[in-house]
Amino acid sequence: MTDFTDFTAGQIADGVSSGDFTAVEVTQAFNARVAAAEKLGAFIVTTPDRAVEQAKAVDSARAGGKELGKMAGVPIGMKDLFCTDGVQTTAASHILEGFHPTYESTVSQKLWDAGCTMLGKLNLDQFAMGSSNETSYFGNVVNPYRKNGNDTELAPGGSSGGSSAAIAARLCPAATGTDTGGSIRQPAAFTGISGIKPTYGRCSRWGIIAFASSLDQAGPMARTVDDCALMLEAMAGFDAKDSTSLKLDVPQWRADLSSDLKGKKVGIPKEYRMDGMDAEIEALWAQAREWLTDAGAQIVDISLPHTQYALPTYYIIAPAEASSNLARYDGVRYGLRDLPEGAGLQDMYAATRAAGFGDEVKRRIMIGTYVLSAGFYDAYYTQAQKVRTLIKQDFADAFAKCDVILAPTTPTAAFELGQKSDDPVAMYLNDVFGVPASLAGLPAMSVPGGLNKDGLPLGLQLIGPALDEQMVLNAGLAIEERAGFSAKPQEWWT
Amino acid sequence: MAVSVEEVQKIASLARLAMSDAEAHALAPEINKILGFVEQLGEVNTDNVEPTAAVIPNATRLRKDVISDGNKRADVLANAPVAEEGFFGVPKVIE
Repeated sequence: MTDFTDFTAGQIADGVSSGDFTAVEVTQAFNARVAAAEKLGAFIVTTPDRAVEQAKAVDSARAGGKELGKMAGVPIGMKDLFCTDGVQTTAASHILEGFHPTYESTVSQKLWDAGCTMLGKLNLDQFAMGSSNETSYFGNVVNPYRKNGNDTELAPGGSSGGSSAAIAARLCPAATGTDTGGSIRQPAAFTGISGIKPTYGRCSRWGIIAFASSLDQAGPMARTVDDCALMLEAMAGFDAKDSTSLKLDVPQWRADLSSDLKGKKVGIPKEYRMDGMDAEIEALWAQAREWLTDAGAQIVDISLPHTQYALPTYYIIAPAEASSNLARYDGVRYGLRDLPEGAGLQDMYAATRAAGFGDEVKRRIMIGTYVLSAGFYDAYYTQAQKVRTLIKQDFADAFAKCDVILAPTTPTAAFELGQKSDDPVAMYLNDVFGVPASLAGLPAMSVPGGLNKDGLPLGLQLIGPALDEQMVLNAGLAIEERAGFSAKPQEWWT
Repeated sequence: MAVSVEEVQKIASLARLAMSDAEAHALAPEINKILGFVEQLGEVNTDNVEPTAAVIPNATRLRKDVISDGNKRADVLANAPVAEEGFFGVPKVIE
C-alpha cells in the first residue's frame, strides 16, 4: 500500500486530480496518523469526520468532471488562531474554550475552496504569544526531534508549534501558520521544515484572532519550498473585509519558481553576526553563502544598523497592540465568564480576564497597558514607532544593494521545554533574527539547512523586498536543492 | 524607571485584570526586567523621524455607505455566556 504520509502537498494534489488515488484514501491515512500521535500534543481538536466529508466532496467533484482546486484532496492542519465555522477555535486560551465561530476566516475558506481537507485545529502559544509553545492552555507541543541518544523533550518553536511539529512528524503535509515576530520561521527552523511569511497585506487577517494587528500575517508551512509556493497562492489575495489587505493579483509563484540566481545579489547583514552565536549555525550560514554562489548569485556585505533595536521595538509595539486587541475578551459576548457572588460588571470583567488569560498573555497586556498609559505613551510607543521607521529604512537601503538577504533563522537549535520559560527576556531573545522583517512587513522564509551534531535541524532565513516573495522562494529553492535535507525524526511518539 | 507594586496594581486595574497582592509582587520584577530591556530605545536618535503609520504603503479604501451585512442576531448571540430575549445578559449595571 502506498504510504501517503510521505507525499508532498503537490504530489497529493496531482495524484488526486489525475485519479491515481482518491482524496478519501489520503485523508484516512493522515487521520490515522494524527490519531496515533497524541503524545506530540500538536492538535487541540481533531476533525477526522469533517476531513473525510471534505475529501468525499473532492472525489465526487472529480467523478462529476468538475475542475478541481489547486490543492485538491490535500489534508492540512489549521492553526487554532483561524476561526472555523462550527469548529471550536480557542487561540489556545481558556478564555475562548468552547467558542464555536459562526463564520469562517478568509484564509481558511480559500483553502477549502482550493480543495484542502481539515484534519483538525493545531495547538499554538496562547494568543500566539510565545516562542516555545509552552503558553498554551491545552498543554505543550513536543518537538518530534530529539537530540541523538537523549529523551529530553524539546520545544517545537512558537507560536506555530503545533503546525511545525505536525508537519515534521508527517501528521499533515502542510499547515497554516501565522507570524507576528517570527512565529512561522522559528518553529519551521526548529523542526526541519519550510515556512514563509509573505509581505504584510498579502493574506487577509479577517477571521484570524488578532494579536498585534500591524504585524500579524498568515503564511504556509510545509516540507518543501514548492509546497509553500503552492499553498501561499491558495491563501493570498485581496479581501475587502481586511482594511490592510493589498489590492493586488496573486502571482504565479509556483510556476515561476527558479533556483537559477544568475545576476542576483545576496546580502549578508554584518549585524546578524552576534557574540555567542552557535558555531554550527555560523558554519551553516557560511555554507549557505557557498550554495547561493553556486546557484549563480553574488554575495555582498550589507548593514542593517538598527538591528539591535528591533527586539525592544517589537516588545513595545506588539504588547501595546495586544492589550488593545484583547480588550474584547470581557465575558459578555463569547468565551469564559467568571461572575463572583454579588459582583458588578467591572468586577466580572476583571475576574473573567484573570481566570481566562495565561501568565504570558497577562504579562503582555500589562506591558502594553503601561506603555500606552498617560504620561508614558510618547516615551515608549511613539519612540518605538519612530525606531520602526528607521528599521524599515535600513532594509530599504540594503535592498538598493542586494536582491535578497541571507541570515540564520534562530541563534540556536531547538531548546529544552522549560529551559527558558522562567525568564521572559531570554525567551524573547530567541526571536532576534525573526523580528526585524516582521517590523518592516517584508516577506521572509525559513528553509532547513542541515542537522547539528546533536541531530537537530537548523534553519536558514531569506528576507526579500516588499512584494518580492518570488525572490525569497527562489533563493529558498536554491538552498533546498543544495542542502538536500532529508532528515526524519525517529518515531518515538507512536 | 522601576514600577512599584502599587503601580502594578493600578495597571492591572486599567487592564481589567483582577490581581492579588501576591501576584502583583511576583509580576513587578518581571515587568521591570522587560521595561529595562526595552528602555534601550531611548538611546536612539529619532529627531526628525516620523513614527511608522502603515508598514506597507496602502491606500485607504472607501465603500458605498450601504448595509453589507446583517440579520445575524442568532449568530452574534450564539457564543454568549448569557443571552436573554435577543440581548447579551450582564449583571446589573445601574445601582
